[in-house]
Amino acid sequence: MASKGICDRVAIVGMGCTRFGEHWNRSTSDLLVDAVQDAYGSAGIEPDNVDAYWLGTTGSGISGLTLSEPLKIQYKPVTRLENMCATGSEAMRNAAYAVASGAYDLVMAVGVEKLKDSGFSGLTGSAPPGDGTESGMTAPANFSLLAPAYAEKYGVDLETMRDVLTRIAYKNHYNGARNDKAQFQREVPVEKINSSPKIAGMLGIMDCSGVSDGAAAAVICRAEDAHKYNDNPIFIKALSFVAGPAEGAKRQDYDFTSFPEVVESARDAYDQAGIEDAREQISMAEVHDCFTPTELVLMEDLGFSPRGQAWKDTMDGRFDLDGDQPINPDGGLKSFGHPIGASGLRMMYEMWLQLRGEAGERQIAEPKLGLTHNLGGAPGRCVSFVSVVGL
Amino acid sequence: MSGILRYGSYVPFFRIQRKALGGGRGERAAASYDEDSASLAVEASREALRELPDGAAVDTVVFASTSAPYTEKLNAATLQAATNLPKSVAALDFGGSSRAGLSALLAGLDMAAAGRTVLVAASDVIVGAPGGPRESGGGDAAAAFVLGGGEPIVRLIGRASCTEEVLDVWQSPGMPFARQWEERFGASIFTPLLVDTFTRALSDAGVAASDLSKVVLDGTNARVFRGFMRPSGLTPAQLADGLAGTVGRAGAAHAGLVLASALDGASAGDRIAVACVADGVDVAVFEVTDAIDDGRPKHTVASWVESKRDDLAYTAYLKWRDVLPFEPPRRPDPDRPAAPPMQRAERWKFGFVGSRCNRCGNTNLPPQRVCVVCQASDDSTIEPYADAECRISTYTLDRLAYSLQPPVIGAVVDFDKGGRMLCQLTDADPDKVAIGDELEMTFRRLYTAGGVHNYFWKARPRR
Repeated sequence: MASKGICDRVAIVGMGCTRFGEHWNRSTSDLLVDAVQDAYGSAGIEPDNVDAYWLGTTGSGISGLTLSEPLKIQYKPVTRLENMCATGSEAMRNAAYAVASGAYDLVMAVGVEKLKDSGFSGLTGSAPPGDGTESGMTAPANFSLLAPAYAEKYGVDLETMRDVLTRIAYKNHYNGARNDKAQFQREVPVEKINSSPKIAGMLGIMDCSGVSDGAAAAVICRAEDAHKYNDNPIFIKALSFVAGPAEGAKRQDYDFTSFPEVVESARDAYDQAGIEDAREQISMAEVHDCFTPTELVLMEDLGFSPRGQAWKDTMDGRFDLDGDQPINPDGGLKSFGHPIGASGLRMMYEMWLQLRGEAGERQIAEPKLGLTHNLGGAPGRCVSFVSVVGL
Repeated sequence: MSGILRYGSYVPFFRIQRKALGGGRGERAAASYDEDSASLAVEASREALRELPDGAAVDTVVFASTSAPYTEKLNAATLQAATNLPKSVAALDFGGSSRAGLSALLAGLDMAAAGRTVLVAASDVIVGAPGGPRESGGGDAAAAFVLGGGEPIVRLIGRASCTEEVLDVWQSPGMPFARQWEERFGASIFTPLLVDTFTRALSDAGVAASDLSKVVLDGTNARVFRGFMRPSGLTPAQLADGLAGTVGRAGAAHAGLVLASALDGASAGDRIAVACVADGVDVAVFEVTDAIDDGRPKHTVASWVESKRDDLAYTAYLKWRDVLPFEPPRRPDPDRPAAPPMQRAERWKFGFVGSRCNRCGNTNLPPQRVCVVCQASDDSTIEPYADAECRISTYTLDRLAYSLQPPVIGAVVDFDKGGRMLCQLTDADPDKVAIGDELEMTFRRLYTAGGVHNYFWKARPRR
């Protein structure tokens, strides 16, 4: 049994995205108004044209009212959803399936998160009342387990491992320095990355994504209607989502060098899109670089590098903006921070720009297929989203 | 015949030098930031309960302390749950005086003589006002005894008590620290009472002072014992090491702790007297039986004393004891655990049990309704894990997580008998932790939120 998929049946005909950053003077509502109105304009539509909305946010609001109230949406269905760090992508997946089903003709997927109002470092979540036995480890600590495990398994010495992680952070900030929507728009010297204060394990603060506010939105319709709204739509080839049984945290055979959830969601997405060799066929990808070792492991789980080879491909420049398979051309979570509900749609916004030749200084030559990926949770216990889009 | 069937002790890992407290010799034991008198009592009780004689089933649990974590809410219930004793036990908290530990032991022996089987755990975390003698001279530790019939390793052969309404040590609600009247006054009251009570106890036992191989003298005021030695007829060689230089006086636990230390070195036929002087006097006279070698605990008091980290900084100590306010991390306060989820998860949270799948035989931590390996549903058996040996599969140092002793050491812990969990390491040096290190589980207080103490288990390097 597998997903049947909706390859080439659904198109994105407009997108909007705020700048990501510390928006001290912008509320959640403001960010939503900015992104949604940007998307209306991009698709050349009026609010009345949209039949239904999906809003992804983990903690910046509950219910569809979070969106309908600030935008004064006139008595339409607005679904608010959450699926950890894949929240924004999940809004898009469910919206796409709604138009594919024929229930609606034109829908919008919106993602938002306002993290900077809490005053806390890193991400925080509100768990339901519990028994107090959770491990209490933070996200960087959970993901820091990947680096030594990978190094040990593939015989990479820890100094080289440090260089690999630094290269990932350097690359993503290099890309972000060329993006006026990014939270951080400056290149970061290698020495600064190497010597940043330690947060967890071998991860310094420069191995972590930032904490920011932001919103993004996509206008979605069936493929046959796409050209009504836009001369240059992009088409959804695959949407895959997997929630794992969380066995890595319970079984001794899990070794912290892979995310089985990502492997499975990638396999499913490639089946839907008819991709046989992701390393060759995927032109570019926006992946979930919440921490630098996550990106390293993802390169193998997504099939961009053979097992044990991603560290070499990284150092060889394969994933650089001018490499054979640019990864996180917009700067990634490293440059954008991770306003959770917005990130998945922010990734899609880069695909939108790149596939339409609008990425300016970051433009990749003739991309055909782009991939976006989100991961929510921790190694051993996570959810994973993969999309493939193209022309 | 009834008496002491088994005993155990526990001294926490950390020591603070008396020099760091402003002067004096030696060091005192300090409970870690994640320990309190209930968790110390659990550790000592696990020692005492490890290998009970055949047929001994504890039916009564007694917790004695002057620093009980809850003033209302039965602390002995925490002890029952964390030691996996049946819910049919009777449970009592003793307190109010540092004599409560020895009093509880005597009360437990009475219950044992009446046919019950009793776990008595005495435990204290002594926090004195900064700069004072209680801070310097106090210590944190626990001792536990299982009392019952059958073949005891120690018999009570004599006893005497005395109670005196006197203002010696006192702490009323709202006072952050206990106070003590000047010691010269206390000595003038207590020394004659001790002489009298001790004499009556020996008479009750039918032994002479010279028949005692060891004497444990414990009390709120060391000056009391100066005038006691000559009239008692004891010689200094008979006195048990009071652990003043290595542990400090651990309140209600102390008489039991020093008794445990004496029993560690005792042989069949030895007679040991224990006196505790606080708000009066209790004296117990014991005789060690031929069964003593069947009841040796895994850890002696000396082995706990030797297993230590002895450079605890005074500022850290004051933070741990909630004496010194400090800058909180820029992270949310921990959530108060909720009563219904704690109740549902009690066997996991307190008893630290997992489940073993009846279909595939694999283990699940915490207990799972659906097996993580074969997905069989509702077909498993409870599997005890508190004493299971385990090791570090991998680990990380978490400098962002909330802790009174950063960095948090987060470890992926694999059990030798199967099963894995992510948990915190405690009593460990972040610079020395390594993959493969052998660990054991320990019952701790993770944090307190909204006045609720959140107990759960952590792993520690084997002591």
